Amino acid sequence: MKAAPFAYVRPAGVDDVLAELADGTGKVLAGGQSLVPVLAMRLGRPATLVDITAVRELQDLRAHPDRLRIGAAVRQRTVERAAQARAVPLLGLALPFVGHRELRSRGTACGSLAHADPAAELPAVACCLGATIEVAGPQGRRAVGAREFFRGAMTTAAGPEEVVVAAEFPAAGPGEGFGFGEIARRHGDFALAGVATAVRVGRDGALADARLAGFGISDRPVFRDVTALLREAGSPVEADALREATTVLADEMVDTGGDAHGSTGYRRRLFAVLAARELATALRRATPQE
Amino acid sequence: MPDLGRERPAPVDSAADRWVPARIEDAALVSGTGAFLDDLDPLPGTLVAAVVRSTQPHARLVSVDLGRARAHPGVAAVIGPDEVRAAVRPFPLSTATPMPYLPTAVDKVRYVGEPIAVVVATDRYTAEDAAELVTVDYEPLAAVVAPRPALAPDAPLLHEDAGSNVGTDRTFTFGPVEEAFAAAAHVVEQDYDFPRYSSVPMECYSVIAQWRDTGDGPTVEAWANFHGPFTMVPVMAGALGLPTSRVRLHVPADIGGSFGIKAGIYPYVVLMALASKHAGTPVRWTEDRIEHLLASSTGADRAMHCAAAVDASGTVTALTVDLVDNVGAYLRPPEPSTLYRCFGNITGPYRIGAVGIRARAVVTNTMPTGLNRGFGGQQLYFGLERLMDAVAAATGLDPVEVRRRNLVDRFPYETPSGGVYDSGDYAAALDLALKNADLDELRARQEAARADGVHYGIGVALVVDPSGTNIGYVGLATPAEQRRPGRDKSGSTEHVRIAVDMQGQVTVMLGSVPQGQGHATVARSVAARRLGLAEEQVRVVVDMDTATTPWTVTSGSYSSRFAPLVTSAVVEAADRIAATVRAAGGVLLDLPAEELELADGTVRHRSDPERAVPFRHATGVVHWDPGALPEGVPARLYEEAAFTPRQARAATRDDRINSSLCYGLVAEVVAVRIDPDTLEITVDRVSSVHDSGTVLNQTLLEGQVHGALTHALGGAMYEEFTYADSGQPTAGTFLDYLCPTSAETGGAFADLRTDHVVNPSPVTPLGAKGCGEGSSMSFPAAFANAVADALAPHGITLTRLPVHGEVLHRLFGTTSTKETH
Repeated sequence: MKAAPFAYVRPAGVDDVLAELADGTGKVLAGGQSLVPVLAMRLGRPATLVDITAVRELQDLRAHPDRLRIGAAVRQRTVERAAQARAVPLLGLALPFVGHRELRSRGTACGSLAHADPAAELPAVACCLGATIEVAGPQGRRAVGAREFFRGAMTTAAGPEEVVVAAEFPAAGPGEGFGFGEIARRHGDFALAGVATAVRVGRDGALADARLAGFGISDRPVFRDVTALLREAGSPVEADALREATTVLADEMVDTGGDAHGSTGYRRRLFAVLAARELATALRRATPQE
Repeated sequence: MPDLGRERPAPVDSAADRWVPARIEDAALVSGTGAFLDDLDPLPGTLVAAVVRSTQPHARLVSVDLGRARAHPGVAAVIGPDEVRAAVRPFPLSTATPMPYLPTAVDKVRYVGEPIAVVVATDRYTAEDAAELVTVDYEPLAAVVAPRPALAPDAPLLHEDAGSNVGTDRTFTFGPVEEAFAAAAHVVEQDYDFPRYSSVPMECYSVIAQWRDTGDGPTVEAWANFHGPFTMVPVMAGALGLPTSRVRLHVPADIGGSFGIKAGIYPYVVLMALASKHAGTPVRWTEDRIEHLLASSTGADRAMHCAAAVDASGTVTALTVDLVDNVGAYLRPPEPSTLYRCFGNITGPYRIGAVGIRARAVVTNTMPTGLNRGFGGQQLYFGLERLMDAVAAATGLDPVEVRRRNLVDRFPYETPSGGVYDSGDYAAALDLALKNADLDELRARQEAARADGVHYGIGVALVVDPSGTNIGYVGLATPAEQRRPGRDKSGSTEHVRIAVDMQGQVTVMLGSVPQGQGHATVARSVAARRLGLAEEQVRVVVDMDTATTPWTVTSGSYSSRFAPLVTSAVVEAADRIAATVRAAGGVLLDLPAEELELADGTVRHRSDPERAVPFRHATGVVHWDPGALPEGVPARLYEEAAFTPRQARAATRDDRINSSLCYGLVAEVVAVRIDPDTLEITVDRVSSVHDSGTVLNQTLLEGQVHGALTHALGGAMYEEFTYADSGQPTAGTFLDYLCPTSAETGGAFADLRTDHVVNPSPVTPLGAKGCGEGSSMSFPAAFANAVADALAPHGITLTRLPVHGEVLHRLFGTTSTKETH
């Protein structure tokens, strides 16, 4: 478990990062929580590791009135603890499920997005909320919607000469409520199935819209607008009343092949349960209290 | 008013103010100053090895090309099958089966991860770079990974010369088995499968070895985190073609855990010695986690068929067990001992007068197996205790009641297979476990849960906990008529040396090779008590050096030997020292030695304690003025004692054996709750009562109980070495091989109630029995019984572990939501 030889650089600016990545043989290193084991097992052999943690611009975590911008070098634990991040409650719900605290103290939020593990939490949060992922490359910068960013297992819209520089998550508005749940074999493991939910109600308490993203269930996070599902079920706040609908939804959404820890069928079962529970939770949180 | 001149009040004497470690070992371990094998650098110029391993589960080795690796810069030597074949003899096996075992593959590879070659280089990175340059040409063969398929007549053969995959096959009958089954009111039988899991030590295997050609022949000096059994030292020497005395093995005090798994390191000691011979320098190799999970060692998985003959009253009159252990690709010693470790206690805590046993070990294309905490017990008791629940179901009796009716109730009790249970009160242990579990309240919880549609189950397991193995059981793998007269094996001997220095400080030297259990703490307290000293005056040395530490073939840390055997030898050595010190004190006090006692750091008169001299003055007489000693008193303050229990005898001609010295008991009650929607299992309560005879250290005993429960939780719910049918391992990293963490144990054991009953052993001087393994054998069975109880209303039976949500989902057999409401 020793990495094959590689070069290591730690540029100070995004332009220098791009210069290092230009020939397509480099690999971006941020927190290293997924990449370093891959190197140690010699499953990946990049010629150059481009450490982006010294790039000042990428260390920025900033709340704008309508969104939270997370630079690519910001650690998950920093987001978890930051007051600004409360603008996006779903991040606060999801982050405790990301690995263990020790991993989050190294791992970066954008690194999780760029790595695109199909069972990871943050890609699902990004899809559920419609986050934007900002990518820099030889042709300049572009913003990619999260729902277009994830292209398959460990595959994203970012090319080998590009680097994710930030992700922007929309801030929660009035009448919005969120839910997040996952089932894993152990605390901190990748989810067998998980769901992030967001529900918005009007001032009158009537359902406006409902969205969810599932993870651990396909080769990428799967987004669904479930406004109609929730409305047709009578917008109940009890999970059991949604189970029939989410069971149908799970049959349609869960298409992973499964493994010894969770077959396709078991993951469907779990997703149906979690989607019902977390939609009910999000609706309850969104609904004005008497 | 300020009172700056006054002394501050003394701090409150509370646990919060001062931490007193439970063990003298702890300070180093918790402050990161332990010295593990990989921290040691005893030989200048040591080079570093990497091992080239098979990627194929079963294949003929067409060629192994080492040329490019040898030419790589920084490489000192590369050895492969040719070098191994030329220099190493197959390890002596426990049976005569032609299944030769060498430290590398030579003709075929038989499991993924099997060593093929060793690269020695300046550092591990270079060694791994060069290891990639070793080219292996495989001719793939069909593979078999599970025990029942390996028995099939058309199964792929791992060792063609053996003619089958069966490494050993013995049948034993004790008592009127057939008659009991013929007369039975009920015959209850079932197939059970026990999974394969390990103990995943913190530090993986690590070896430093040096081969030297001296004027009078070669010697090997090695450091390894090996903990015995030291029967493996002559096995290593034999493979190297050297006398045992020319192989010097060092084991540091800190070996990074094992619970049996590191007993499997010895082939690597041989391999690194050979690598050193070729490199001309000392060689070190530290196994990484990937290597460890592929190719170190694991407990054996077992397929078994168990049957009970039961009379109308619910009494079990006979038991038969057909055991098939999957020992992996080789019969690596000490296998096939998983079959025999519990031979004398194969009927568990029950008064079953007749037992039939068929014991087979099969080889498959999987990692070789070996010792693992509970060795043989977790497999056996899973079958036996699931069967007792089946007996309860068949007879309509409550599972507790059917056990109670069959309990052994007088001691010593001789089992039909030769075990002699030394002491106990099994009914008292069961009663206490049930009382602590608050069984009535659990049943109320079960009723309430079921009313809410939640699955809830309560399980019980009772296991006899053997300790102090009699290595004679190894002989049972060979039929009696083939066992050569005069070559019997028996015994459980442990050696200890105690010395007193010129300042009266006592040093106790153990050959017990602890794996982290706290042997030094307990040995210090036992020796201090025998010598009437403060514990601070006693130091315990546990570093092992086969050239200087007293040891014998049975030495080592396995089968919970420490409490029954090592402490007994400490007592004997300390008592001999005490006799000398009393005689020396008598010189100073002008009193006869028989009137003196050792207490409070003095030698004093038994009835007039004012007449006393300090211990160190008395020992000073022996050191400085030996001429003053009475006739016949040795001028010697070091003593070596060997404790050899007479009860550990070789197997009889009719194959009965007392396979352990002591037999404790665990009575365990487990309650589980299962979410009807997600099928997640939550352990709701555990009540665990242990009888380990005299308790030597309550805190350490509790620690062993907690540790064994955690290990068992892994086997019951999380950990399993799985293989695809192709033979490729599918749990080769910690992503798939799931050890419970503090998050899981904190949940599972949030309501843990441990307790003890004490029935001292009559066969050890202190009355202590082993206590390191108990719940690792009982919890898997009690947990399975609880899950089975929860599922019983749904007509689901449980015959295998581990159990988790996915397994339950398959048992419920559908993805529909019907059952979940």
